[in-house]
Amino acid sequence: MKSLKAAHNILADAQQQIEILEHGKNGDFVLVPFEDKLRASNLFPLKPTQMEIFQVNIGKMCNQTCKHCHVDAGPDRKEIMTRETMQQCLEVLKNHPQLKTVDLTGGAPEMNPDFRWFVEEIKKLNRHVTVRCNLTIILANKKYYDLPYFYKEHQVEITSSLPFYRKDRTDNQRGNGVFENSIKSLQLLNEVGYGKVETGLILNLVYNAAGAFLPPSQSSLEKEYKQELKKQFGIEFNNLFSITNMPISRYLDYLLMSGNYESYMEKLVSSYNPSAAANVMCRNTVSVGWDGFLYDCDFNQMLELKVNSKTTNIRNFNFDELNNRTIRTGQHCYGCTAGAGSGCGGTTT
Amino acid sequence: MSKHYYESDDLKKFGNVGEFQKNLADKFFDYYGEVFKDSELSAREKSLIALAVAHAVQCPYCIDAYSSDAYEKGWSESQMMEAVHVACAIRGGASLVHGVQMMNKVKEIAM
Repeated sequence: MKSLKAAHNILADAQQQIEILEHGKNGDFVLVPFEDKLRASNLFPLKPTQMEIFQVNIGKMCNQTCKHCHVDAGPDRKEIMTRETMQQCLEVLKNHPQLKTVDLTGGAPEMNPDFRWFVEEIKKLNRHVTVRCNLTIILANKKYYDLPYFYKEHQVEITSSLPFYRKDRTDNQRGNGVFENSIKSLQLLNEVGYGKVETGLILNLVYNAAGAFLPPSQSSLEKEYKQELKKQFGIEFNNLFSITNMPISRYLDYLLMSGNYESYMEKLVSSYNPSAAANVMCRNTVSVGWDGFLYDCDFNQMLELKVNSKTTNIRNFNFDELNNRTIRTGQHCYGCTAGAGSGCGGTTT
Repeated sequence: MSKHYYESDDLKKFGNVGEFQKNLADKFFDYYGEVFKDSELSAREKSLIALAVAHAVQCPYCIDAYSSDAYEKGWSESQMMEAVHVACAIRGGASLVHGVQMMNKVKEIAM
């Protein structure tokens, strides 16, 4: 499967996606504007609470091409953060201790040749590091086999997608063979101590709905995952994050192609939860793109909606200005406010 | 009145039944919500029961709602179909077991 960009799909153009989100595929599908919902919840204009999470997308290259990927990542994507931009990120972290957690994402972040160097430098600044590891990367090439040891050595928190505890749903979303390799990688991570309560090495799994529906209760799912993965494969992990699929990029393409777009959007809108809106992740996060531009979140990043601030690049990072910015919102934001809410750390209420 | 007795969009209007009788509708929906909560049976288990019952009562709205709900709650296609077979077996059995009544009657009147 090719990325939307490589396939020259019109959805590779962020503006086209925004157009569809605002007016529907044929220009005649309009839902309540997200801003109106925020206004009714006394949350407009949406402002940060306190920036604490520094999320860095270090490249769109990935060894997988998942059907729901909001990044449109894949082996054919060549956008990769340079060491120079990483150095600028480190400078920002050095000067802003308020940014307590660094969340590294991609693509497969491990495919960036400077990934390990970057993690080591961040740890020297005494920050908590989370890596969004797709699991299969560990087995993708000999050079990645020691990743579990690298992660352990640097006390990295690992957050990994496993859309379901059964093969069929996982492979349907992430590609044939992904489930089996994900299980092997989870076992390797368990072997070095990840996911075991006593070690303090945190391993989180991420549930994504494999279809056009919203996730069920996170706590119930976590119990089922723990029970099934332990029983079938002896696997342990710490937390399950249940994340709502965002109607952008490849998931938007899936919704449109399967005829589920309108009903999915209606479901998101009718499930709008003001408490979830108050806790959206963009209120405590700043997201850095592979090229150093700044965004409110990884989703705005993929829609190329740069922060609404004079500071739009890591080169001229201004904490106070960013911490007082107005967060840019749009119809896609319903993806974070439906039901129990959704963010990079799972439900938000 | 629509030309069809069943319209899929009507499912979205289910909550509006309170328009004609609010008090009873409120009581029903409170009860309904309570029934489907995690309790001695999990919400997930209840969803599969609901799917089977939906087929037994042949309610297209319920089949629509609980096919989605059961799948969302992680039941597999084959598990869901087995639940439908349970409904089918009970419905079929319910007819067949009346055959005993028929037999009793026939035996009563036959020489």
